[in-house]
Amino acid sequence: MYGKGLRALSIATVAAFAVAFGLVFFYAPLDAEQGFLQKIFYLHVPLAIIALCGFVIGGLLAIQHLRTRDSRWDMRSYVAIHMSLIFAVATLITGSIWAKGSWGHWWAWDEPTLVSFLIVFLLYATYQPLRFAIEDPERQSRYASVFAITAGAFVPMNFIAVRLSTAYLHPRVLGSTSNLPGSMGLTFVVCLIAMALLYATLYKYELTAKHTRSQVRALRRKLIGETGMAPRPRSAAPTLHPTSTPATSTAAGASR
Amino acid sequence: MFAPVLAELPALPLHEAGKYVAGAYIVLFVLVLIYFAIMAIRLSRIERELGELLELANQEPAEEDVAPREPTLA
Repeated sequence: MYGKGLRALSIATVAAFAVAFGLVFFYAPLDAEQGFLQKIFYLHVPLAIIALCGFVIGGLLAIQHLRTRDSRWDMRSYVAIHMSLIFAVATLITGSIWAKGSWGHWWAWDEPTLVSFLIVFLLYATYQPLRFAIEDPERQSRYASVFAITAGAFVPMNFIAVRLSTAYLHPRVLGSTSNLPGSMGLTFVVCLIAMALLYATLYKYELTAKHTRSQVRALRRKLIGETGMAPRPRSAAPTLHPTSTPATSTAAGASR
Repeated sequence: MFAPVLAELPALPLHEAGKYVAGAYIVLFVLVLIYFAIMAIRLSRIERELGELLELANQEPAEEDVAPREPTLA
């Protein structure tokens, strides 16, 4: 069952966020340069890190899909990228709000971190239209996996390229130049854990919903028969094999 | 009970940057809220479909019961 452990995960997420927000607003000291505005970083940076990690995970899951031809791995890769896109939108919005407060304008085109993140976001924004453009489910999943692997490899390369660039206008929170005091570092780590838990919870919710929907369709097919079924509308979402259950480890797509 | 604890907490400097910080945190909250609203719509659709299927499953045995039997020699 995809839904197994979802309740515990949800509770852990809420608890982690309660602790994280408590630390952000009542424990972490104010930044000497940015003051209260720096509190955005406890939200913005974990969002960005989790979004980028999600993209890479999506690529790793896509490798597993190409190795096994199991549609469940394609679904996992799809959901990981889908969730990361939502996190990336939140990263861009919170980053823009911080830029407005700090620099006085919403965006800076000469800032490599911002532009590179936007490039990654726009790259992944083409993932769903790519899937939607391919009608055959088999081809759709295969091409989408190739895309997810290629784009997933691009993410760390892009990150390293930005790190190596000479412009350091964007504040560095982690790395060799970091000078975060202990209380700020602890708050940041707790926020990162909370954000990772939120990602995991939403990922599990989405997978459970998609699996339940495919099970309902399978049940309808069994009760009504193929002739009574309306044709499945064209969709960017992967098609799960009716017998694809997390309990069974056999490759559902192996017979294709 | 919580009054002494709250009194000990530092006051939040919400004068200048407060609106930006609040805006950023509200963005995350609204995004999560929108996601849950979409999930709620999906859940209600699945619930409706399951109700239809249950109705269908209940109808089938009832129809079999009232169907005229084949005449037999016995």
